[in-house]
Amino acid sequence: MSTPVAYDSKIEGNVIFTKLDSAINWMRKNSLWPMPMGLACCAIELMATGASRYDISRFGAEVMRFSPRQSDVMIVAGTVTYKMALAVKRIWDQMPEPKWCIAMGACASSGGMYRSYAVLQGIDTLIPVDVYISGCPPRPEALIEGLLRLQRKIEGEHSFLAQKPELTAALS
Amino acid sequence: MPIHHEASAAMKKDAAAIAEKFTVEKQTEFRGELTLVVTRAQFHDIARFAKEQLGYTYLVDISSVDHFGEEPRYEMVYELQNFERVENLRLKYTVSEDDATAPSVVDLWPTADWHEREVFDMMGINFPGHPDLKAVGHLRRILMWDGYPFYPLRKDFPLAGRDSNTPDVAFSRAAPLAGGPFVTAPSTGDTQEREPRSREME
Repeated sequence: MSTPVAYDSKIEGNVIFTKLDSAINWMRKNSLWPMPMGLACCAIELMATGASRYDISRFGAEVMRFSPRQSDVMIVAGTVTYKMALAVKRIWDQMPEPKWCIAMGACASSGGMYRSYAVLQGIDTLIPVDVYISGCPPRPEALIEGLLRLQRKIEGEHSFLAQKPELTAALS
Repeated sequence: MPIHHEASAAMKKDAAAIAEKFTVEKQTEFRGELTLVVTRAQFHDIARFAKEQLGYTYLVDISSVDHFGEEPRYEMVYELQNFERVENLRLKYTVSEDDATAPSVVDLWPTADWHEREVFDMMGINFPGHPDLKAVGHLRRILMWDGYPFYPLRKDFPLAGRDSNTPDVAFSRAAPLAGGPFVTAPSTGDTQEREPRSREME
């Protein structure tokens, strides 16, 4: 649908031609501010991904926002118990559109090894998940791969709410 | 805490003092730890006596046991500690299924507040006299949410859980066990043989 924006100053000078969708998505995908929903050991790998060796800021997602109002992508990292699920859903509802969700690790994706009365069997029963990352816990490389997949997904999206009839219907 | 191989003379004296004033159904000693089985009716007085007269000022823990299939079904266990002598005393009493209530000791040890709420939440034993009694007559939940209809640590509650729905609060679904529960298998084999995975139950 849209092609990535490339800027070559030698050829184009200070002017680039693109589609509005492409330009907006290009900005969005390269400044994904995460809401770090660190609930278990996956959060340790999430922290490692943010630290200097793996350095998630190379992909524009280093600004961990502990306020849902300022974040774009919720990284659910860890075991979601039913008790905590109430808070996760609440924070997700507080995040403004557009927003995305990464389910990091086996527990967030499917309940993992916790087949128990106390654990929600996958965060996708409560909130829509864009990218699932396997692993227990996933290595930082896997999280970065998941982030890149999400960036690729954002490239192909419509950028305006009015272009997303399903979402507007769900929100109203 | 020092390891005792035999209960000290002071502890035996405490046990005798309790036995003199109250009914002690059974007294056992194991590796220097004394356990007294008492009655529910007298328990609050015994707890007050142990705290105020015998110096067991610290309530370490409250737990409950489900002897499913027996009557009386439940058992309450209290761990008390004497700070000065650093010695533990264990008090137990049984609670029947028909009248699953126990006396609250929050007035003696404020720390009992959350312990008793947890016992109610997981085992369904109610504590009349608890300061956090709701208008509906039972304690506020502490681990599960208000309105959750089950008591998960009872032996007749399945590990996978049960479906429930509390409108506008929360829902729960039974977890797919997929051949589980996943438990480690004791073996001298490699990790693949030992690690928790789906196995046919014997």
